[in-house]
Amino acid sequence: MFDFAVESQSEQSIFDQQKHFDFAVIGGGPAGMNAALYAIRKGLSVAVFSLEIGGQLHNTSEVDNYIGIEHTTGGQLSESFHHHVLELGVPIKTGHMVTKLEKPDDFHITLDNGDVYTAQTVLYATGGAPRKLGVKGEDEFANKGVSYCTTCDAPFFKNEHVIVAGGGNSAAESVVDLAAWASKITVVHRSQWRADQIILDQFKDINDLTIHLETQILEIFGDTKMRGVRVLDKTTQEERVIEADGMFVEIGNIPKSKLLDGLVEMNEQHEIIVNRDQETSLEGLYAAGDVTTQPYKQIIISAAEGAVAALAATQYLMHHKK
Amino acid sequence: MEKLLNEDVTKQVKEYLNPMKSNVKMVLFTQEDPCNTCQETKQLLSEVSELTDKLTLVEKDLNADASDAEKYGITLTPSFVMLDENDDYQGVKFNGIPAGHEINSFLSALMDMSGIDFGLADTIGSSLDNLETPVNIKVFVTLSCPHCPGAVSNAHRLAMSHPNIESEMIEAQTFGEISQKFNVSGVPKIVINDTHELVGNQPIQEYLKTIEAL
Repeated sequence: MFDFAVESQSEQSIFDQQKHFDFAVIGGGPAGMNAALYAIRKGLSVAVFSLEIGGQLHNTSEVDNYIGIEHTTGGQLSESFHHHVLELGVPIKTGHMVTKLEKPDDFHITLDNGDVYTAQTVLYATGGAPRKLGVKGEDEFANKGVSYCTTCDAPFFKNEHVIVAGGGNSAAESVVDLAAWASKITVVHRSQWRADQIILDQFKDINDLTIHLETQILEIFGDTKMRGVRVLDKTTQEERVIEADGMFVEIGNIPKSKLLDGLVEMNEQHEIIVNRDQETSLEGLYAAGDVTTQPYKQIIISAAEGAVAALAATQYLMHHKK
Repeated sequence: MEKLLNEDVTKQVKEYLNPMKSNVKMVLFTQEDPCNTCQETKQLLSEVSELTDKLTLVEKDLNADASDAEKYGITLTPSFVMLDENDDYQGVKFNGIPAGHEINSFLSALMDMSGIDFGLADTIGSSLDNLETPVNIKVFVTLSCPHCPGAVSNAHRLAMSHPNIESEMIEAQTFGEISQKFNVSGVPKIVINDTHELVGNQPIQEYLKTIEAL
């Protein structure tokens, strides 16, 4: 039987009438949505700009660790955030990317269609993009066997052998999700598991699962599509080949902070440095969620950081409102 | 027969389609067995068309109504096109059932086709003014892909913006053969005129750049 994941719709006409906001949110994930909710409840004029709503939540199938909600999916949780914010009347501009953020006086937010909006304060909460392995053959076989979205692409590997690269929660969840499709799953991870035990416990029900820890992927090979990987067993220092039809790379994310290069302070990983009020080094600009230096990339932590940013921006505007 | 849309989804869809401006006609092509999801697609379109008086469903058989199929370039089943209030084909086609996340590109296309302004005029500007060659945009999707409806909607909106552009959603699991032909193992995958490829939910500018480079 089919399910139907209808997403709420934002009224777009307000963007024709209003070009300036007290608080603009760039990013439509948990941090951005919760910030919009807190800000509009404080009476600020708010707008959200994001190519799509949900962010990395959409790449998460099961969510079992959001307090108060025993079990949901990433898609459902995202839709409930979205619906909640829309019910409060927050305008959300989707389908366009923000291509430039400048601060000549107020912040100027430029979209890919050339539209410019201004705001006195901005929250930058763009999250992360899937981290790549950085090995030979990865770009060549991307979307030709190598995938970064299990929820999207698992159906292509029905009754096939797939590799999952990674050892964190997203890798472990990928294994659980793939069990419904693939006939054989091999996990390859360069160190030890970092995933929650409660997810690893689900592995006992998976039939053909092989796990290679302390094993590093050196190369992806194939012809018109991926055929396998060459790996190094770090314990024995022996190299060998694992043949497979596909591979899901689940080794974390890299921050999507490029837009702020040169504008704010970042660490070596290009994560945005924030203080306890989620303020960046540029006055009036806040950052929250996975794009920041905060080490625990979790839905509830991102959402909470969004709330902190909105409340801090409210305080800032009380003293600086033009 | 048990309904495909439960009570909550029915309410959501009804509210979603409430602002539809003008009438839209869906022309669905199916065929006798074997046809994977023909029955379900017919049921879905039928249930949705009951939720607004602005929407009608016309059912056709791929073989018995071959001239209609040819008119809209239909070769697969299930497949449906949307016609505007003047019964004109604007190049908007769905191959396979738009269930799961894809319900959103389906509902969005209905709204757009009914005359709701989808706000692309400024974005497109004059970039398609000199387009003379026919453009076909295929967007391969899976029903579990949350990034796919955005890619399909962008392609359909381009089709509605220019008479030379046709856009079709292709549900990759139902149509395995054509998906293999285009080497699809990651979605959304956008293929323009069978030669130029884009992967992922791209902003409309990326489509325009590719079309201009044809």
